[in-house]
Amino acid sequence: MNEAWFQQPLFGITITVLFYVGAQLLNSRYKWLNPLFVTSGGIILLLLLGDIPYEAYKAGGDIITFFLGPATVALAVPFYKNFQKLRDQLMPIVIGVGAGLICGLLAVWGIVSLLHGSKQIMLTMLPKSVTTPIAIEVADLLGGTPELAGVFAVLTGLLGSMIGPSILKLFRFRSDLAIGAAMGTAAHGIGTARIMRDSEIQGGFSAFAMGLSSILTPLFCIPLIWWL
Amino acid sequence: MRGLAILLGYTLLGNAIHSLLSVPISGNVIGMALLVISLFAGWVKLAWIEETAQFFLKHMMIFFAPVIVGTMMFFGLIGEQWLVIAVALAVSTMIVILVTAGVTAWQTGKAKERTYE
Repeated sequence: MNEAWFQQPLFGITITVLFYVGAQLLNSRYKWLNPLFVTSGGIILLLLLGDIPYEAYKAGGDIITFFLGPATVALAVPFYKNFQKLRDQLMPIVIGVGAGLICGLLAVWGIVSLLHGSKQIMLTMLPKSVTTPIAIEVADLLGGTPELAGVFAVLTGLLGSMIGPSILKLFRFRSDLAIGAAMGTAAHGIGTARIMRDSEIQGGFSAFAMGLSSILTPLFCIPLIWWL
Repeated sequence: MRGLAILLGYTLLGNAIHSLLSVPISGNVIGMALLVISLFAGWVKLAWIEETAQFFLKHMMIFFAPVIVGTMMFFGLIGEQWLVIAVALAVSTMIVILVTAGVTAWQTGKAKERTYE
């Protein structure tokens, strides 16, 4: 019997799509269930329970991840459509994103020092709310652990996409600009993907905030090299 | 298919520019910026790409699923400081969300007042 059937890309692609469709169904019934959490959690469980090596899944998973490229390029559409609004509100969003990022950096510094975490961990965590490749570069620059910085960035994105919409609702934020800015700044692409499900306008603002924070984060982090 | 061809074309173009010029911005973001410019210049019509773009944006979450599964491989790296990490991650993410939304909403309020004056 050929046991390598699950080594082919078809396996990874199919289970990702199947779990995603299932997660969509669950999400339409239970709105609080985050589809990304359900999809990836389901796949992880399947790999663990079925004793399937990660590499076998990766063959197909990489093909799905490849489409993150054209999906990012597709953000040009909400960006283009909302350009006028964005230009009118440029200062508020820049100030908002800047303030959010600085408070986030201070919070990481404060909490890690308060709980006696190592300096290495702190430096690795600082760039966690930007997209993975930039988080890895900034952590490397600061003297943190690059691989771990990528993990923190992904976990932050997932967490932000899970709790963001509920927190914003709890505090009664209704402005598309404020909601979009918060999701993109705190949870980069994953937050943008999440909020895009609710509203294309918010998604467009989130994409802009994400881009802005990947420019601002390295700028804010560099002075820390001398200070810390 | 025209929409997909355009999106893939700009992705390729962005990534090519990224590797040729080695700029510190990801190739996908460069592709996005070039597509925005092309839309404004009228080289690409919104109608050509809108349907395909909506599909990608609506289902953007699925493209991150393998990335999340991949982080599972690195869980061992987190090690004994996991509690500090979990607290710092959760609290700082909440702070970023609230401060960004709060300051943005406050600033737009101010911007509005100014235009009404």
